[in-house]
Amino acid sequence: MSLLEIRDLNVRFATTDGEVSAVNGINLDLERGATLGIVGESGSGKSQLSFALMGLLARNGRATGSVRFDGTEILNAPPAVLNKIRARRIAMVFQDPMTSLNPYMRVSDQMAEVLMLHKGMGKAQAVAESATMLDAVKIPDAKGRIRLYPHEFSGGMRQRVMIAMALLCRPDLLIADEPTTALDVTVQAQIMELLADLQRDFGMAMVLITHDLGVIAGSAERVMVMYGGRVMERASVDPLFADPAHPYTQGLLAAIPRVDQKGDKLSAIPGSPPNMTHPPAGCPFAPRCAYPLAICQQVMPPLQGFAPGRERACHVEIEVVRAGHAPLPDLPEPAAADLDEAQQLSDLIPEESAHDR
Amino acid sequence: MTAKPLLTARDLRVTFDLPAPGGMPWTKPRQLHAVGGVDFTLMPGETLGVVGESGSGKSTLARALIGLVPATGQAVWQDGTDLIGLSPGKMLKYRSEIQMVFQDPLASLNPRMTVGQIIAEPLTTHHKGLSRTEVKTRVKDMMDRVGLLPNQINRYPHEFSGGQCQRIGIARALIVEPKLVICDEPVSALDVSIQAQVINLLAELQRDLGLALIFIAHDLSVVKHISNRVLVMYLGRVMELAEAESLYANPCHPYTQALLSAVPIPDPQLERKKRIIPLKGELPSPMNPPSGCVFRTRCPRAQAICASERPALRGRAHLTACHFPGPLPPEELTSFAQSA
Amino acid sequence: MIDSQQMQSLAARMSETEVKGRSPWADARRRFRRNKAAMVSLCVLALVALFAIFGNTLAVWSNEEMDFNVIGQAAQLGAPSLENGHYFGTDDLGRDLFSRTVQGTQVSLMVGLIGAAIAVIVGTLYGATAGYVGGRTDAIMMRTVDILLAIPYMFVLILLLVVFGRSLSMLFLGIGLISWLEMSRIVRGQTLSLKNREFIEAARATGVPAWKIILRHIVPNLLGVVAVYATLLVPLMILSESFISFLGLGVQEPLTSWGALISEGAGTMNYGTLWQLAFPLFFFCITLFAFFFVGDGLRDALDPKDR
Repeated sequence: MSLLEIRDLNVRFATTDGEVSAVNGINLDLERGATLGIVGESGSGKSQLSFALMGLLARNGRATGSVRFDGTEILNAPPAVLNKIRARRIAMVFQDPMTSLNPYMRVSDQMAEVLMLHKGMGKAQAVAESATMLDAVKIPDAKGRIRLYPHEFSGGMRQRVMIAMALLCRPDLLIADEPTTALDVTVQAQIMELLADLQRDFGMAMVLITHDLGVIAGSAERVMVMYGGRVMERASVDPLFADPAHPYTQGLLAAIPRVDQKGDKLSAIPGSPPNMTHPPAGCPFAPRCAYPLAICQQVMPPLQGFAPGRERACHVEIEVVRAGHAPLPDLPEPAAADLDEAQQLSDLIPEESAHDR
Repeated sequence: MTAKPLLTARDLRVTFDLPAPGGMPWTKPRQLHAVGGVDFTLMPGETLGVVGESGSGKSTLARALIGLVPATGQAVWQDGTDLIGLSPGKMLKYRSEIQMVFQDPLASLNPRMTVGQIIAEPLTTHHKGLSRTEVKTRVKDMMDRVGLLPNQINRYPHEFSGGQCQRIGIARALIVEPKLVICDEPVSALDVSIQAQVINLLAELQRDLGLALIFIAHDLSVVKHISNRVLVMYLGRVMELAEAESLYANPCHPYTQALLSAVPIPDPQLERKKRIIPLKGELPSPMNPPSGCVFRTRCPRAQAICASERPALRGRAHLTACHFPGPLPPEELTSFAQSA
Repeated sequence: MIDSQQMQSLAARMSETEVKGRSPWADARRRFRRNKAAMVSLCVLALVALFAIFGNTLAVWSNEEMDFNVIGQAAQLGAPSLENGHYFGTDDLGRDLFSRTVQGTQVSLMVGLIGAAIAVIVGTLYGATAGYVGGRTDAIMMRTVDILLAIPYMFVLILLLVVFGRSLSMLFLGIGLISWLEMSRIVRGQTLSLKNREFIEAARATGVPAWKIILRHIVPNLLGVVAVYATLLVPLMILSESFISFLGLGVQEPLTSWGALISEGAGTMNYGTLWQLAFPLFFFCITLFAFFFVGDGLRDALDPKDR
């Protein structure tokens, strides 16, 4: 049995402008210890998916379908059931650590509260355990800094505190919703490394939700690409990046500017994301797709396997999609030409500083 | 290059006075050095990318150039006028030559004005003699140029998507035919697929109109894509300034190398092989920056001299402000990681 | 070739009819219309206003005429009746309460609206200027407001009326003097948060003069808050006027107001002439309620996120 089984999950919001369908018929299985990356742009429904799992939907939201965690149905479960599972079995890390921490409470009190509530620990023991956890997320001088208030930590350190708090009860599943989006790139690298280490040490499963394919490439095993509340493609990370089988994935990969490649013009995806108040009848990506067929406007293609472990939801033949783009360049080996160039450039380094070395 | 630079900044500084905590009105304020002495030149039609993490002073630099925050030092325009400390009346002439595109597409547009009114505002401010129909024609022209439907002229910003709002912002900046457009994180609030549209649009407009761009971003890959030269900032100072190709292929400053190594690459195989250069500790407070080189507290290569002497920005085409520039070999990093 | 094609497509697009935008105000109107309590209240206010404007044409008696049949026997003969034309009855002096209520409504509404209008105009401009300019100017302007607010205004108002004599213009002056203070504080606070928004920066960067930024960019974005506060100010103004009139310092006979009428009615309550209190009080209450509901509705319509 999988740790997490989602069957036909739908999330709808009632708004003044009509019903918005944020998530449409998602199926998902997550094994213990596995890492799933969910990629999507704003409005793709990736965050609402995780909110629905945790029972955190806004008041006008309604989720239908089935979500089983370790055999227990948790979708729309009563708060008593959810509270037992939340924090203890499933923990969540959000984008903005400042809004998830109470600014008027010491970090020690906030962390100890969790342990006292869920594990029935005494205060002293809970604080000691919290300090150990802060140590585990590599906050220097954890024992001293646990007494501080959240605003006394920098952005990256605050996110570490959030992660430590999420891990206090040793959850089986960690949902990280854009955990590094608000952070600088050097800090992001540290946090992603930390998450990978912790996942290995604690043996937990992780769902990593992000808009950044670069982050996904470095940390996920399997990837699910979402658009317009639907799954477009799902595969292991290597084939997905090397051979994107859905026009959307392909377009997204081509649109990313890369530090490691020279590029002339970015190939943008034309148009704008769909308005989910009036979702298109067929494939939500059809209006922006590079290979549109007549059927795409009317019928949503089902998510189907086309190779071992790989699924996609597209009417267009895989060969057509594959032919549409040049095969991605192989790993850039430091070719002789490149070395020459590097040599020339190093000549530009000022002489005096070269002497200093 | 024989052409005259469009803009020459010399020792540009921005200092904010912060009231001392619990101080009386006459207590001496504490000073925050947001930008601490930046020098660069900008050629006509060139794109200068400015990268740095939060707190590096890159946005303050932009606001200082356009006169939104008071600065000291010099920023000499093509015609020899120093823009810093210019009276508002004299500055007005240059305000139509330097325009700005902002980060948050929706927040940079007045929600109570129509798109037409928003785009026309710089035009009506600088060319008071234009007739209404003339203004409207030029606004519609510009809307078409940035990829908006001209018949949407009477719509309000909230009726557009983020990418379209940024196009409105670009149209507003270009309507007075400026020579320099300062883009402050113009794509960081946009989705990847939209981001590419806006970058391509900016590049295309720049080529067609011969604009110079100062392109500020925290995303190194975006900057690489659009810039001719790149300036790397840390804690209000320039760390490295070089041609984009040279900077990305051969970063000399340890900070630039650390920054580059941390950028995630959308390729799992490369990403696994990648070696990230770790940085010690945290960003020091700009209220109390380290002596000597501001980066020394986090540098893997810091020596005694780094604390006592501030490194000057040296070099001919590839400028670096470091006492010990050059690539960091893996061995050096391993020993550093152990000591850290 | 391509160029001419492009030109043609451009020309075609230019000639397309312009799409009309949906302004934030239109959105707010739509939300307001959906609010039943607010819409009903708006109708009530409209009826009260119609009553104030056209009530006199319905009245049989003028407000100064005394009905000599009724004098001295107001309790017995002065009760509301359709036959003798005293729809709301008479007061103790035999004057027709209907036409007096019409007149009181006119005065009270005028006091409320003019007081609120002064508050809106002076308060908005003062607050927006202080907030936008900032620095020392702001400090001086706002400390002045603080000092004025520290003076007990009812006391000053009473003093003004006693020293300069009771008159309608003195009442307007007194109420106008104090009503804008709170408004300017609210507006300044809002301006401070607006000031650092990027669209204000964009206007400054392009060289738009300060007064134009205040009028074009700041004030229109404040109007929501101002409108809500103004609808709450009108009843406040009416209340202060009523209080002054209740003390006997308000408008002078033969002019009257709700406050004065209520005061008279309350004085004679014990003699069995309850209608003298009931009619003015009824108008007073429904107007206040209606204004509060409209204010509430406006707030919900203008700031949908704040709910």
